[in-house]
Order: sequence, then structure tokens, then C-alpha cells
Amino acid sequence: MTDSALRELADDPSSRKRFFKMIGGAGAVSAFGVVLAACGGDDDEEDSGGSAGGETEMTGGDNAGDLKIVNYALTLEFLEAEFYKEVLESGMIKDKKVGELAKSIQENEQEHVDALTATAKQLGGTPAAKPKTKFQDVISKGPETILMTAADVENLGAAAYLGAAGGIKSKEILAAALSIHTVEARHAAALNALVGRDFKAKGGQGSIPDGAFAKGMDMDAVLKAVQPFIAS
Amino acid sequence: MTSSRLVAPELTTIEVHGLTREAFLLRATLAAGATYGALSATPYITKALAQEGGGDVEILNFALTLELLETDFYKMALKEVNGLSADDKKLTTELRDNEAEHVDALTATIKKLGGTPAKKPTFQFPGAFGSRTAYLKVANTLEDTGVSAYNGAAPAIESGEVLGAAGSIVQVEARHSALIRLVRNESPAPRAFDKASEMDAVLKAIKPFIKS
Repeated sequence: MTDSALRELADDPSSRKRFFKMIGGAGAVSAFGVVLAACGGDDDEEDSGGSAGGETEMTGGDNAGDLKIVNYALTLEFLEAEFYKEVLESGMIKDKKVGELAKSIQENEQEHVDALTATAKQLGGTPAAKPKTKFQDVISKGPETILMTAADVENLGAAAYLGAAGGIKSKEILAAALSIHTVEARHAAALNALVGRDFKAKGGQGSIPDGAFAKGMDMDAVLKAVQPFIAS
Repeated sequence: MTSSRLVAPELTTIEVHGLTREAFLLRATLAAGATYGALSATPYITKALAQEGGGDVEILNFALTLELLETDFYKMALKEVNGLSADDKKLTTELRDNEAEHVDALTATIKKLGGTPAKKPTFQFPGAFGSRTAYLKVANTLEDTGVSAYNGAAPAIESGEVLGAAGSIVQVEARHSALIRLVRNESPAPRAFDKASEMDAVLKAIKPFIKS
């Protein structure tokens, strides 16, 4: 098995530096583009040709599946980013510390939206449209319901990335998905702890809800779970 | 083609050609040699390059070493740190138990793949247990290192099953980090994209904790 992305990263210090800078945080949008452009998308098996670098197109079959997953993730990130945005605008969160956490999570989710949008474009696809959402029911119920919902949604997000990761063909996109996956997990743990849930709490929630081994969820189950938040 | 960055300077003359995964493993193995002693690296290199699918075992053993380190760390913390609150002890116990389960699962997976599980090094944590603050700080570092180690190594994993296991574990490491960070009044998710570290960087980072 070869992988032009890792080869590029292993062989070209400047490319590696850009990659880890991206993974490290700042400038995610442009860096995702850089990573995909610099690495090429060819991770076909047994490609022993010296195709490191230079390629910007991905092969059709791999591309379609990855694009679908990227757009699925993008839809979830849109939901999350919009939720926190509306929560912050509602003024329902009075606690300063909780407000700061919500704001920092909102910013993380927006960065995920931007990066995934750029990635969908890099794959030659059309980024998923921002769904029409309905969060007013939850938000009007006040801070406790808001934070409980946020905690549930973050657990769902982490499970969604974990469930989808195995289906990703491109190593660059897998690396990006993993770096988002653990951030969703961090949000989930923090919010579940903040609302006073134990490691394992009712309804499959909690700050470490599955114990030592987190469980993934498949796309259908995740989309069904977020259905109440999508306005038709 | 530039040569890879290696921890041990005397090894920089080795040119690593575009072997991708093999190169990744080779460099990590050489780094392990620099960490554990140069002689110990040789059999790993031979094994890593000779065996098809042997690479997953190397990655699993790398992960196992980290999990052994974390397990020992929390075990010792429970005994040695003064001034932990009931909540601190509860969290530490949960983390210790999770890490011990990771150790067991990784050990079993390595055996299943026909490999030999890495032996537990003797660990040392100088200064880490002197106070609650010091303990939590090192715990924070170890958990963040764990997250970046799994995220960095995972794309090189060949088996879908092993990748799934690594993903399942790294999510829990990220949750640990967030919970420790909350206790420390630090941001639980300080960046939108978690770091991915190369094996040699991780081995270098944990070197101070390995006595022998």
C-alpha cells in the first residue's frame, strides 16, 4: 500500500510543516486546500509509481465516497455552528464561564464548516447546502435544556465521525476527520461534565458514555437523530 | 528526495526513499531505538520491513507503550498525590481503569495479529506527584500527547479493524484530556483541529518518563 500524502509529508519538510501547522489549528481553510493540492489524492493500492505531489485530482470512485462523507460531516457541522450561534444570540446563557465555552465551541464548529466546505470543493464536488434549522423550541426552554441538548449533540457528532472514519479512502481526509473527531469528543466530554452528568449517564449520554471504547454510529442513525432540528 | 529527520544524528545518513508507510514505520522504529537504546531498534526494523501487515503491529505496540505509561501514571498518582478531592480521585480512577482496558485490548490485538506485545518499560514521573497541580498538569500533557499520537499514527494503519479500534480509543483519550482540562480551568478544546504527531516526536516527548 502506498500513500502519496504520507510520502509527501515524509519526504518534503515544508509540506510536512504546512500539514502539521494545519492540524495544529490556525489557517485551517487554506491549509486544507494546501494539503490536498500538495498531496494529490491518489491512494490507490499498490501504486508504486513515483506520483508524489503535483496531483490535484482524485480518482473517481474514491472521490465520490469521500465527498459524500465530507458533505455529511459538513451538514452536521452546519447544525452545530448554527445552534451555538443562535444560543449565543438568544442571551439565554448568563453564566460568563459557560458563555465563553459556548463561544469557543461555536468558533471551533465554524472552522470545521469552513474547512469541510473547502475540502468538498477540493474534491471537485459541491459543498452541501446549509440546512434550514429549528432550534427555537430548545433555546426557549432555557440554559439547562440548551446545555443538555448541546451535550447530546456533541456525543452524537463524535459518534458520527467515528462511524464514518473507516469509510474514508483518502488518507489526507482521514487525517483531517480524525483531527475534528477528537475535538468533537472534547466538546462532548466537557459539556456532559458541565451539565452534571456522570461518566456514564442515562440514555447513553455522559462524559465517557461508552467507557474505555467509544462507539461509532452510522450515517442513517445520526441523520435520524438530528431530524428534529431540521426544518422541512 | 531528502532524508528523513531522525532523532539519532548518526542515523541521518540513511536515505529514506518514498516508501510511505514503510518509511513512516522505519523512522519511528529508529526513533524507538534512540529512545530505548540503539541496539533494540535493529530487530524492529527487520521485522517492520520484512513483514507484510507487520506495520500494524508496530503501531499497536507504540500505542501499547503509551497506554502502559498512562496506566502506571494514574495508578501511582492515586497512591502518591496528596490533596486530591473525592472528585479528583473518582476521575483518576476512571482514567486508570480506561487505560488499563486499552492495555488489555491492544495486547490481545497484537497477539491476534501474530505479534509480540511490547514489554512494559519501567516508568518514572519525577516531580509529577508532588502536588495536585503538578499531577494534573502532567496528566493533561500525557492525554494530549496520547490524542496526537493516535491521530498521527492512524492514517498509516492498514487494517480497517485496527483503525476502528484506534479511533474508538483516541476518542476516549480526547474525552480524558477535556475532563482533566476542565478540572484545571483550561479550555477543554483549545483548537478546532487536534494535532497529529509523528511517532518519533511522541517517543521523544515520553522519553523522560522511561527509566529503563
